[in-house]
Amino acid sequence: MTTLKNPARRSFLKSSAAAGGALVIGVALPLRFREAHAASESAVNAWVRIGGDNSVTILCARSEMGQGVAMALPTLVAEELEVDLGKVKVEFAPPGEAYINSMLGAQLTGGSTSVRDGWEKMRVAGAQARTMLVAAAADKWGVDAAKCHAKNGMVMGPGGKKATYGSLAEAASKLTPPKEVALKDPSKWRYAGKPLKRLDTAAKIHGKAEYGIDVRLPGMLFASLAQCPVIGGKVVNVDDAKAKAMPGVKHVVKITDGVAVVADSWWQARQARDALNITWDEGPNKALNSEAVFKTLAAGLSKPGATIKKQGDVAAAMGAAAKKVEATYEMPFLSHSPLEPMNFTADVRKDSAMLIGSIQFQQLAMGMATQITGLKPEQITIKTTFLGGGFGRRIDCDYMAQAVEISKAIGAPVKLVWTREDDMTHDFYRPASLTQMNGALDASGRPTALSLKMSSTSVTARLIPPLVKDGVDPLMTEAILVPYDIANQSVGTVINETGLRVGYLRSVSHALNVFANESFMDEMAAAAGKDPYQFRLSLLDKQPRFANVLKLAAQKAGWGKPLPKGRARGIALMEGYETYMAQVVEASAEGGKIKVHRVVVAVDLGRMVNPNIVQQQLEGNIIFGMQASLYGNITLKDGRVEQQNFNTYQLPRIPETPKIEMHIVKSNEKPGGIGEPGMALFSPALANALFALTGKRQRKMPFSLA
Amino acid sequence: MASLNVNGKALEVNADPNTPLLWVLRDTLGMTGTKFGCGAQLCGACTVHLDGQPVRSCGTPLSAALGKKVTTIEGVGATPAGKKVQAAWAALDVPQCGYCQSGQIMSASALLASKPNPSDADIDAAMAGNICRCGTYPRIRAAIHKAAKGA
Repeated sequence: MTTLKNPARRSFLKSSAAAGGALVIGVALPLRFREAHAASESAVNAWVRIGGDNSVTILCARSEMGQGVAMALPTLVAEELEVDLGKVKVEFAPPGEAYINSMLGAQLTGGSTSVRDGWEKMRVAGAQARTMLVAAAADKWGVDAAKCHAKNGMVMGPGGKKATYGSLAEAASKLTPPKEVALKDPSKWRYAGKPLKRLDTAAKIHGKAEYGIDVRLPGMLFASLAQCPVIGGKVVNVDDAKAKAMPGVKHVVKITDGVAVVADSWWQARQARDALNITWDEGPNKALNSEAVFKTLAAGLSKPGATIKKQGDVAAAMGAAAKKVEATYEMPFLSHSPLEPMNFTADVRKDSAMLIGSIQFQQLAMGMATQITGLKPEQITIKTTFLGGGFGRRIDCDYMAQAVEISKAIGAPVKLVWTREDDMTHDFYRPASLTQMNGALDASGRPTALSLKMSSTSVTARLIPPLVKDGVDPLMTEAILVPYDIANQSVGTVINETGLRVGYLRSVSHALNVFANESFMDEMAAAAGKDPYQFRLSLLDKQPRFANVLKLAAQKAGWGKPLPKGRARGIALMEGYETYMAQVVEASAEGGKIKVHRVVVAVDLGRMVNPNIVQQQLEGNIIFGMQASLYGNITLKDGRVEQQNFNTYQLPRIPETPKIEMHIVKSNEKPGGIGEPGMALFSPALANALFALTGKRQRKMPFSLA
Repeated sequence: MASLNVNGKALEVNADPNTPLLWVLRDTLGMTGTKFGCGAQLCGACTVHLDGQPVRSCGTPLSAALGKKVTTIEGVGATPAGKKVQAAWAALDVPQCGYCQSGQIMSASALLASKPNPSDADIDAAMAGNICRCGTYPRIRAAIHKAAKGA
């Protein structure tokens, strides 16, 4: 997701029910941090709790799905709080007003916003708590707070006075938080900016990290849900006689999305689910297939759509062109496929409810829970566990709503677990898209015109409809404008519903638009008879951050230097989430198989909280981009998603891993996001390498040598 | 009631002998470190050892585990290879979301127990059955080499 220029909070609050499972999210979030902790601890503010035993708990209000927020955000708090980061306990925050992501206007993890939103906020939170602890010590000693300072969990005062945070926390928590606090100069940082190891690693390598699927409540039952094979279909009739007679089965419950079997163990529930005999009304999409989807998208290309940019006179420049270039790029639906299948635990009672699991969008979860249970937000507890991958899938709350409905119906705590097949066939898929591009070159080979028209489906129109204005979905137009100096430009989008429900997937529309733009720039360079690196660089005089990473990647990759026979390089460039990145991919195509040998990444993301996590994200994004480039292709037949598991929806495996070299620009610019852009950029860089290798353009994903 | 040896302890389990070992570990015994990923032996998230050999517990019925020594992520640190692997995983900060890492560590530990100094080709062969959606493969490979050198 992108940064929304105007905080969209009001829009979120007004958002109401729409197709595909979106629910009212217009809930005010309670400010409940003061009561949500043990009596032995004091909440100094919304982010910091200190125990009488000097234990320090820092709340993390973003979901940890691998991207390292549960390290990065507490690092910023601890930096200013003056505590030993290695001893800090990190806890995921409940829904609360204080925890809203200001960049997205809701309590939501996405859009590579966590560090950008928290960069100052988290340091201020730490500094505020520290200032209160110092003030509490000064009060206790009857001295001027200016004569005291904090270090390593202690406050030091005049004449060798010392007090631990633990002894001051309760008094500090009763003080009025200071309005303004001074932040450390970056040169004094102990933790921020350093390549520290993550605090969650130990739990994750010993099998001790709790994911949603690991939750267990006293008296909890297990559920497996039969959903219509055509998404959106409804139950007409169910014969559950056989299922009910199976061992361990306690309940068979009809809910909005299907029929759930509840049993003493999940395996029993799942076996019995498969014994249900359900008649479905498959609904309006029962005959939907992939050909029809792409016909709809192709028809969209001839609709007027919305204008994103109009500069100069494209038609005139096309008329005067020495050479014209034309191409259409096609992207399929993709599945998120986090390795932890969708699952959720709910305990709905008459006057309270507990929801626990892998959640990306706590505010939506709260809205859903109030709607289904009829309870008030104050009566609902929502706990976020570690997420076994999210990638945008856990922004939606369909699986949570199902667990809440089941628990409400049976009056007992229940854990719903989907199978992998359920997960792959009932995703909110990354939208398929078609992008038509036209360009003009003058006699010297310089581009004089560029036009782009993109036809795709809007996730935002389903999930947050008020954000779509005048036919423009801001999350469909990310990186749609090229940084290159081209005099005449026309850029537009057309929103088309295709029938299959869609969701935000890592890098969202950056992946669609960067693939089209950077593939097309390569095609223009080839038509101009120019080197694709030099061609791009010649158009970046006014874009120093773009030019800088492009040059760095080319230089480190040895651009222009000879390669072993049968290998070629491709280059691509983008900005996303305020991060500037270039990649050079080296590939071969032997025996009909694409092999990626080496990826050189140059990135300028401004200041970093943790370069170790930045590198993890770059590595992971390359592999994620490989999946989309080489394998990812969700197809439809008779309304059903054809891929069921990892045999037909393949993910890259260790033998395919290329050598990844990362070059990070030292920068004092404000931080950019790093969880997503690398994935988007990999695809055009590889496509361009394959063109250099084979002379054939890869205009359709996943790529094929055939 | 059957007796299942898990991480050196004999545990009484009351479950249908056809139940996959994965669900006996997770639901019956409450040992949730072993993960469910695909249920079809395609992703390796559920990897455990039976008498030291890596198996996919989602496709191994309880009956096949009776009379054998089951080792899971909760206990693999007590084996020499498992200890080295976990130390290398920590030193290189391998996990991201972490969900597949139990299975990765079980496969890597079995590899090192049988081949103390594996080549890249050995690593490819032993680890190709373990998917990581976060893409931690570069660090997994580096960590196995590091563990082989004594971490």
